[in-house]
Amino acid sequence: MKPIENTLTGAQILMTILQEEGVDTLFGFPGGAVIDIYDELARTPIQHILVRHEQGAVHAADGYARASGKVGVCLVTSGPGATNTVTGIASAYMDSIPLVIITGQVPTQLIGNDAFQEVDIVGITRPCTKHNYLVKRIEDLAQILKEAFYIARSGRPGPVLVDIPKDITKKRIAYTPVEPVRLKSYNPTYQPNLWQLEKVITLIREAQRPMIFAGGGVILSKGSSELTAFARKTSMPVTTSLMGMGAFPGTDPLCLGMIGMHGTYRANMATGACDLLIAVGVRFDDRVTGRTDAFAAQAKIVHIDIDPTSIRKNVQVSLPLVGDCRITLSELNRLIEAIDFGDLAEQRRSWLDQINQWKQTGALNYDQTTVIKPQYVVETLYHLTQGQAIITTEVGQNQMWAAQYYHFDHPDHFITSGGLGVMGFGLPAAIGAQVAQPGKLVVDIAGDGSIQMNIQEMATAIQYGLPVKVVILNNRYLGMVRQWQELFYDKRYACTNMEYAPDFVKLAEAYGALGLRATTPDQVESVLKQGLSSPQAAIMDFWVDREECVYPMVPAGATLTEMLLI
Amino acid sequence: MTEAKHVITMLVDNQPGVLARVVGLFSGRGFNIESLCVAETVNPEISRITLVTRADPLVMEQIQKQLRKLINVIKVRDMDKSKAVQREMALICVKAKPEHRAEVLRIVDIFRCKVVDTGTEHFIIEVTGDEGKLAAIINLLKPIGIKKIARTGIVALFREPK
Repeated sequence: MKPIENTLTGAQILMTILQEEGVDTLFGFPGGAVIDIYDELARTPIQHILVRHEQGAVHAADGYARASGKVGVCLVTSGPGATNTVTGIASAYMDSIPLVIITGQVPTQLIGNDAFQEVDIVGITRPCTKHNYLVKRIEDLAQILKEAFYIARSGRPGPVLVDIPKDITKKRIAYTPVEPVRLKSYNPTYQPNLWQLEKVITLIREAQRPMIFAGGGVILSKGSSELTAFARKTSMPVTTSLMGMGAFPGTDPLCLGMIGMHGTYRANMATGACDLLIAVGVRFDDRVTGRTDAFAAQAKIVHIDIDPTSIRKNVQVSLPLVGDCRITLSELNRLIEAIDFGDLAEQRRSWLDQINQWKQTGALNYDQTTVIKPQYVVETLYHLTQGQAIITTEVGQNQMWAAQYYHFDHPDHFITSGGLGVMGFGLPAAIGAQVAQPGKLVVDIAGDGSIQMNIQEMATAIQYGLPVKVVILNNRYLGMVRQWQELFYDKRYACTNMEYAPDFVKLAEAYGALGLRATTPDQVESVLKQGLSSPQAAIMDFWVDREECVYPMVPAGATLTEMLLI
Repeated sequence: MTEAKHVITMLVDNQPGVLARVVGLFSGRGFNIESLCVAETVNPEISRITLVTRADPLVMEQIQKQLRKLINVIKVRDMDKSKAVQREMALICVKAKPEHRAEVLRIVDIFRCKVVDTGTEHFIIEVTGDEGKLAAIINLLKPIGIKKIARTGIVALFREPK
């Protein structure tokens, strides 16, 4: 008889590689095609978080990845298990979040037969993954898994899907550890070109009205402290994209807040007036630029990004710089160190004064009258948590108010579906973030519409004792669409009225969570205090002004400086 | 900006699904494909894809960057016509009634093509050449009557240094 000590099943190989890659948590949902993997999983120390819907597994892994800085991993079955992950994968792809998604597949010999729970998930996810694999031979399994983790976390990160047929999870082979991954056609450029870097320095010297536009790439590359040092040293104000919130301290005097459709008045005005825009780790989404031909029309644009396709895709730039954001910023800092810029703050005085003036005229403000203003809820949350909570959001008005009124001083504290804009993202993402950071306060700022898209994950939070807090800004409307209808469709509120919602307090209680409600402004603070200090998961339902709008607003297709103010 | 025709040559991993990634990229991002030709190279692990597209300079830049971003794409180049040999082959089935047979054969002779199949009412002609030559012969055969045509799309190689 052959010795069997060195043989492993496919499921065992998977567990071996997961542990080699430092995976300690999986988010998943079992099924027929992955039953052997689950059987093996139970024998490892890897923690499994059983979600209530596979979409929740991917968003939770996404939240986990952002809050931990590690690769988030999901495990789901074939067919519907796999298709349910697609929205989560597409969101992670748009936001460049490193994930590995393991999907079960029908046995190899049944592929293509329209077998029970068969779907071509590799075909379906091809355009929304960084890369994906169908494992056809057990001999390739270990190598493919290693590549999947390597590709997910390197370069511009992103989700990688590995589809494993059931027979391969059961088959047994002699296992030898695989070599470190080297791919001949995949070598991300981390080091920026020195020649180009020096040109940036010249541009900074010459600029009268320079500013920095920072995005998710700064956070992903862990370059926040380099960015902060760079901005302070050169006295350049900083605006961030939605994905870049927290890349630069929100309370720093140089911080302009968010840019774009619902960006601050000063950030958008400054973008229109600047003569140098240093864009770091951004991709110039249409929600950021408004009309592209009028975007930063007076400025020379420097664009730093690790992904060459991001450069010159939407906006023409004067100086492209392909490289890792953190490395590029630290190289710039090194070059700046040796240079005497004179008294930069003084030289930029009139520019910074102008910005300050914009800050006064177009400040984010609202009148807290007799009904609760949603902005007041977020602002009170900010003060009570002293800006230290991890905030996840759903999508719509709640997301914009969270970005406007919660000031992030640290990276990895704002977790939102930025690119794809997925309603139902916030609660599962909060669960993932809470798993990654058990000691942190994690709050999902939600709307009454979007919370219902993945509300089932409350059961997951309860099962694992995760004290996530859900703040519902309840206006009984699909608020953002209603806002567009109010402003651009003569108040024809087609299908945005959501008066038939559940009683969220009772719903919370039904799940075993704490349910609280505030209907008047004076209750807001006490409800928040009670909910946040509870050791339990909690849903706090705030009945807010039904027809409040998010301002400033740049109408779709308008120039950034053409903002609607209150 | 003006659109121009580009011949893109690329080396890719010879694996299932790679062509789908390339083609999916074009359809998903709204780039166009005029012709496409794929076959194994001397190294059986690598295939060459020759693709003809029409794009303005900015779109062309994106096409190349997006292709390079695909994990299975090893090398991408935009082929400058003056530095490359470009050929296409077509099989053309022409109606050949007795009164046209001599005419067709004369055209075959002029264009140095080959008749690879014939019957009482048809010829199948094999013709190889650059785009101009194919366009010219098709133009001449059209009035006689082309029953069917199959074209390979352009294949191309950079010329080696003299």
